[in-house]
Amino acid sequence: MALDSQTVYRIARLARIDIVDSEVKRYASELSSILEFVEQMNKVNTEHIAPLSHPQDRTLRLREDTVSEGNLREKLQAGAPAAENGLYLVPKVIE
Amino acid sequence: MHSKTIKQLSADLHRGSFSSVELTQCYLDRIDRNQKLNAFITVDPEVSLTQARAADELLKKSDGTLLTGIPLAHKDIFCTEGMLTTCGSKMLHNFIAPYSATLIENCQQAGMVCLGKTNMDEFAMGSSNETSYYGPVKNPWNEKMVPGGSSGGSAAAVSARLAPAGTGTDTGGSIRQPAALCGITGLKPTYGRVSRYGMVAFASSLDQAGTLTQTAEDAALLMNVIAGFDTKDSTSVDEPVPDYLHGLSNDLDGLRVGLPKQFFDDGLHSDVAKIVAEALKLFEKQGATLIDIDLPNSDLCVPCYYVIAPSEASSNLSRFDGVRYGHRSESYQDLVDMYMKTRAEGFGVEVKRRIMIGTYALSAGYYDAYYLKAQKLRRLITQDFDQAFEQVDVIMGPTTPTPAFELGAKTEDPIAMYLNDIYTISVNLSGLPGISIPAGFAQGLPVGLQIIGPYFTEGKLLNIAHRFQMETDWHKKIPRGFD
Repeated sequence: MALDSQTVYRIARLARIDIVDSEVKRYASELSSILEFVEQMNKVNTEHIAPLSHPQDRTLRLREDTVSEGNLREKLQAGAPAAENGLYLVPKVIE
Repeated sequence: MHSKTIKQLSADLHRGSFSSVELTQCYLDRIDRNQKLNAFITVDPEVSLTQARAADELLKKSDGTLLTGIPLAHKDIFCTEGMLTTCGSKMLHNFIAPYSATLIENCQQAGMVCLGKTNMDEFAMGSSNETSYYGPVKNPWNEKMVPGGSSGGSAAAVSARLAPAGTGTDTGGSIRQPAALCGITGLKPTYGRVSRYGMVAFASSLDQAGTLTQTAEDAALLMNVIAGFDTKDSTSVDEPVPDYLHGLSNDLDGLRVGLPKQFFDDGLHSDVAKIVAEALKLFEKQGATLIDIDLPNSDLCVPCYYVIAPSEASSNLSRFDGVRYGHRSESYQDLVDMYMKTRAEGFGVEVKRRIMIGTYALSAGYYDAYYLKAQKLRRLITQDFDQAFEQVDVIMGPTTPTPAFELGAKTEDPIAMYLNDIYTISVNLSGLPGISIPAGFAQGLPVGLQIIGPYFTEGKLLNIAHRFQMETDWHKKIPRGFD
């Protein structure tokens, strides 16, 4: 299935990836060819097949809801692009 | 000393033939002299030598393990506290992890020395190591060729003996395929056998850490250190871990080997087919029986994978938002623009392509047609293996359809690149263990034989590989210029 440029912009927006006009054509053609390739999946009827999300069909383990690490705030924020007084700084969200 | 296996090096270190510092320095010098291969992203001799000195202290007191003092190259996907972890991406070009991966800690506890962090396809997305932000790795057998990917840096480093062994991860073939293309032994364990904690996530239901070594015996030694249950990884499996060295030399009499007809079809290079046939004859001589089997949904593995892996990646990689760590764009208008510019600048072409495919496949109205459909096929693909393993003990075939291809040959055609993993991907979809071992050469380039087993049969795979390596010397070949 061929994607139009409007759809490419929509996907890019959903994925939070900025794309420029000069890239749209290439993305449209590459993504379309990948989607066309995966269309092969429809050769097989899977109507009564249950989806498999874990290779061994195992259920994920739950753990006790307890604190396992101490307060590592400073350590974890040491690599942040912008942090101050224990807070991550981002552009203003509320006017 | 650089031509020795870790088994041999271990004996030498315990005997006192040389120290871990001397050994580590030998490899650091080799890494330095062979920068043209671009196998490493980060090397920190001070860290390595400090660890080596500590290992020597233990060895002096006879307190060491079998692997104390053995240097090891880690794929740059494993978080290492205090040392850069880039995952081959500009997004993490400045990322120093606040903690170490369980695999890294296990190796440290065994007294192993970290030689550095190896180059890889960006976020492990690639089959040629060409998607790395740090440039492609070159194949030591022919520097015009790719080393395979995504664990291409570790594979090239072990092949050129810049490290005696390396670690890697395998989501669709990323250990086995570069091992095959570089002429070494690559083991992808059962999903959940080795902890994923601290391993940068690509596709969480497929990712599995493993080893890149010269021999199956070395893989067994390393597996004894890295395999096991980890409460920090919710998908880690709580199954007893055997001693992988035990039974390594068991004979293969009566072994039933399945040959899926789909692994030997038109897409297989004739030289590779011949080499695999020779290897199979050798197993027959050792008492194995070859049985033709059918994996009817094989041709759907690649399409199925290229829905599931990008979908999981699009979700996993949403964490890279320029807020908590890693790259942040310098110019933006508002919060959403900051996310979008940061991600546009931080991710490379292949990563963006996969995030977008995954985003599309998971978006409203398309989920059932893509992700759910792929998960249903995944069950069929897994059932094919279940049925096969009722008749046979292991499955054998080529690891890749061709030997290494030229740098740049497939970069413009994503699907041609994806098809390179046609024999390895089904193993990840089913969560099975698989190993690639050197089986010969075609036009001067190594060819790998793949062996696949039922869940938790890593010991059996290593036994079979070890028996093969007792009879052959392909795994001992070192590329010219590196011997």
